[in-house]
Amino acid sequence: MTAVDTRTATSGVRVAALAEIPPGEGRAYVVPSGAGEVQVAVFHHRDGRVSAVDAVCPHSGGPLADGQIDSCVVVCPLHLNTWDLRTGESTSGQARVRVHGVSVDDDGGVRVTPA
Amino acid sequence: MKKEQGSTKRLVLVGNGMAGARLLEELLERGAGDLFQITVFGDEPYGNYNRIMLSHVLAGEDGEESIYLNELGWYAENGIELRAGVRVDDVDLPAREVVDADGGRTPYDVLVIATGSSPHFPPMDGLRREDGSLLPGVSGFRSLDETRAMLEEARRYGTGTTPAKAVVIGGGLLGLEAAKGLQNHGLDVTVIHSPAHLMNQQLDADAGAVLRRSIEEAGISVVTGARTTGLTACTEQSGSGRVSGVVLKDGRSFPADMVVVTAGIRPNTDVGLRAGLVVERGVVVDDQMRCVDQPETPAGPGQVYALGECAQHRGETYGLVAPLWEQATVLADVLTGADPDAAYHGSRTSTKLKVAGVDVAAIGQAGPEHPDDEHVVFSDVRRGLYQSVVVRDGRLVGATLLGDTRKTAALQQVFDRGLPLPEQRVELLFDLGATAEGSVEDLADDAQVCNCNGVTKGDICGAVASGCSSVKGVMDATRAGKGCGSCKEVVSTIVEHAVAAGGGALTEDPSVHWYVPGVPLRKDELVAAIREQHLTSVSSVFAALAPGGAEDAKSKMGLTSLLRTLWPTEFVDERDARFINDRVHANIQRDGTFSVVPQMKGGVTTPDQLRRIADVADKYGVGMLKVTGGQRIDMLGVRKEDLPKVWEDLDMPSGYAYGKSMRTVKTCVGTDYCRFGLGDSTALGIALEERFQGIETPAKLKLGVVGCPRNCAEAYVKDVGVVAIGGGKWEVYVGGAAGASVRKADLLATVDSPEAVIQLTGRFIQFYRTWGNWLERTYDFVPRLSIERVRLVLVEDSDGMCAQLDEEVDAACAAYRDPWKEREAPDAPGRFSAPALPLLPLPVVPRRPMGAPGGTPREQLPVEIVMPNEEALVSGAMAGAQQ
Ligand SMILES: Cc1cc2nc3c(=O)[nH]c(=O)nc-3n(C[C@H](O)[C@H](O)[C@H](O)COP(=O)(O)OP(=O)(O)OC[C@H]3O[C@@H](n4cnc5c(N)ncnc54)[C@H](O)[C@@H]3O)c2cc1C
Ligand code: HEM
Ligand code: SF4
Ligand code: FES
Repeated sequence: MTAVDTRTATSGVRVAALAEIPPGEGRAYVVPSGAGEVQVAVFHHRDGRVSAVDAVCPHSGGPLADGQIDSCVVVCPLHLNTWDLRTGESTSGQARVRVHGVSVDDDGGVRVTPA
Repeated sequence: MKKEQGSTKRLVLVGNGMAGARLLEELLERGAGDLFQITVFGDEPYGNYNRIMLSHVLAGEDGEESIYLNELGWYAENGIELRAGVRVDDVDLPAREVVDADGGRTPYDVLVIATGSSPHFPPMDGLRREDGSLLPGVSGFRSLDETRAMLEEARRYGTGTTPAKAVVIGGGLLGLEAAKGLQNHGLDVTVIHSPAHLMNQQLDADAGAVLRRSIEEAGISVVTGARTTGLTACTEQSGSGRVSGVVLKDGRSFPADMVVVTAGIRPNTDVGLRAGLVVERGVVVDDQMRCVDQPETPAGPGQVYALGECAQHRGETYGLVAPLWEQATVLADVLTGADPDAAYHGSRTSTKLKVAGVDVAAIGQAGPEHPDDEHVVFSDVRRGLYQSVVVRDGRLVGATLLGDTRKTAALQQVFDRGLPLPEQRVELLFDLGATAEGSVEDLADDAQVCNCNGVTKGDICGAVASGCSSVKGVMDATRAGKGCGSCKEVVSTIVEHAVAAGGGALTEDPSVHWYVPGVPLRKDELVAAIREQHLTSVSSVFAALAPGGAEDAKSKMGLTSLLRTLWPTEFVDERDARFINDRVHANIQRDGTFSVVPQMKGGVTTPDQLRRIADVADKYGVGMLKVTGGQRIDMLGVRKEDLPKVWEDLDMPSGYAYGKSMRTVKTCVGTDYCRFGLGDSTALGIALEERFQGIETPAKLKLGVVGCPRNCAEAYVKDVGVVAIGGGKWEVYVGGAAGASVRKADLLATVDSPEAVIQLTGRFIQFYRTWGNWLERTYDFVPRLSIERVRLVLVEDSDGMCAQLDEEVDAACAAYRDPWKEREAPDAPGRFSAPALPLLPLPVVPRRPMGAPGGTPREQLPVEIVMPNEEALVSGAMAGAQQ
């Protein structure tokens, strides 16, 4: 993933250690933001990169963090709609999801900056 | 077992035929043994037998002993006094007594008349002798005695050097059965029928003509439109005055050594008439089967009822058994007070029979009766096929099927429920490949084509307009056809039309042949490459075989399944390549919670298991406890975090209700308890489930074992179905389905032992694992290869691969490990503890009402469902998953 996160490695909220997210999987976290709290699904790609989008599937509320991913898309486990993790656009005709800033800091911590 | 007088009422039943006996059974079922002291008068000197079976007895297919429903002992056991062989002559209504032929009087409180019918003998010269008895050699076809006598004569005459001749007068259902029966014994049979075509009660002229041809092809001569007016007899010296032939009105005559008269039946109403009840064609009854206008008696209103063929209800008398069953139920409800308001509303008669070897089904009216009736007919005389439907005002009012009656059930349902009909009426009779073809153009744009995913025709056309030119492309873009798959054909047709309408050409996406979309290889090519390069993990397959080494989310699940099959022990398990269900060994539900289905081998459980399930359900606030279609118990609404604890407390193995794997083996009661059981289906089912538990397959696999062909556990519609047929033999069926598609399985082989069943099943499973495409159910796999081919390979070992298959399936079974044991050591941090959702309180999923069964309140609020669509859920995540 070409840099979803352009901020410095120390910005954002630390949600977990990268080692807690097995490669190729996702986990969901609650992240405080200006507008209250947001639920964010963070994915750990097999090539070591991370991405983050809204955790709630816009189609019917499915848990996107439990979906399967590859280097570009996430597949919702409930009805198998797909979203591009870089842009948040659906590749199966659903509403888009927000893409959140995410990076890994020097201590191996995953940091999320809500969009 | 005689009951005390006074505490019970006296019920007297006149007539011990099919209706009477059924009434007794229905009464006993409702506890009437304690309410009534029952006396039964039966003219025939037997217990009760199945009259329908007389056709088989005459044909020599069944012995007399096999047709008894209730033998004499049954009556005694149930405290019923049976006066077998005693005819009732009269009823003294005011005195409430029946008078029998011996002059005995029997008092009653409740009287039921079920005297049935007798054969009708049309007036014919020479039919009777001076004393009024029938000419020797002439018989009706109604009772066991008549059948016995005919059978004896037929056997005697049928063995002569020149075939003896029999004439059957009347070409209805009974006549044709009699003809076939006599022919079986070697007689040369002619049916003489006075209406213009055979079975004119049920069939129209065209159908009758087709039937006639089939009957004639079977070697029976048919004469129609011909009335028999006289019988001739041999002289007393030469043949003891037996019948010698028949004479028709037009002067023709036919020689006959035997004559059977089946020219209709007449209700036996003499008892009713003598009693002074209202009698028209039959004894007239109301909706509660009570005889109408009964004289008041000193003891109150009349308590006389009638049912069966002797009764006339709303102007109808019946000549088949189905209506009698309904009448017996109603009357038993009324008499016992089980349902005092029970009412009989008449029966729509329909017939599904094998007449003289020909399948015939007749529903409702035989042909058009009004000028506006639509009549759709298909007829193929040479092949003995005739099928027709009659439609009035958009409703099916009649159907006739001859030669091929497979559509009967479907048509019966449409007829009974008045279901809407397809625009193309002919679709009622045939599943045309062109079903979609004919009608897609008529579909409105907003007509929903894929119900699983809510895709309309407009959506499909839209996808074509925006550039998709292949069926696969449109399915990917719209997800049409990706649920249960039953609409695929319609979707293809719509795409074809839309592409053609746009002036384009339909393209085939080469990926339809690939095993998974992300690796451009067919299954056989893929397997070869994986073996050759020794690829044991999903990521290594992508790296070696996918274009640019790119991984593909939608291919992961299929690859996981394949690698597991190819490398039972060496497989490198990468959890991200598993679908969520297989990561956490439970089935994800629409609110993000999971369902837990413990193994319950063969659907057999114990009080201890049930207690544990109950305790767990209480402890973890299980939203709904449900008995599944697979004979076990589903605990729905379990939070991911709770899964390991739930398994621990249950301490039962996983039932694999979530995987693309062997799910469950349904069994019937089998020999231990069932009085029909021919094989121990339960034990075999348990053995099968134990052996093949959890084994991965290209798509889910459901098994069934039944103890006899009554098929209580639906083995004929399973991926593998096993049926005991007696003598230690078992039939093994494969490729059945009863989900979105319904298909009767094909018989693979009949084997001699449970061990052989297990071996053949294993061989089939491994064969399917090796050659089945990802998500290809056996009901597509078996027809794709053809059952003949599957049989050659697996039973005859034509390709010499049986030994290898047996070995491979052994290895796969040996690699089984209960996934729920992972609770002790999850593969990754947060595997269960990290909830995916809900993290914030969100509006609640509509729950089953509080207080409803299973509606346990839960404090935890799951997420809101934006667009509830259970259908899509059911099919989306599993069947169409990750194509
Ligand atoms: C050969 C054959 C094949 C058939 N095949 C089919 C079929 O395939 N499908 C189908 O639906 N139907 C079939 N039927 C019709 C079916 O058998 C009848 O509809 C059914 O038997 C009617 O039941 P019932 O009790 O009204 O009359 P019955 O079964 O005739 O019973 C009446 C009984 O009352 C007795 N009785 C009469 N008067 C008196 C009296 N005064 N005192 C004492 N007892 C008396 C009679 O002896 C008889 O035993 C067939 C009939 C026959 C004969
Ligand atoms: C997410 C999708 C699905 C879920 C959650 C689901 C759930 C279940 C469960 C729990 C059972 C009980 C089986 C058992 O005890 O193992 C079952 C049975 C069944 N399912 Fe599904 N199912 C899904 C998809 C489908 C699909 C797509 C079809 C049809 C194409 C289907 C057809 C059936 C049938 C016919 C049975 C009855 C099996 C039997 O009687 O043996 N299911 N389903
Ligand atoms: S299938 Fe046969 S053996 Fe099994 S329960 Fe049903 S009737 Fe009994
Ligand atoms: S809820 Fe995610 S695809 Fe339906």
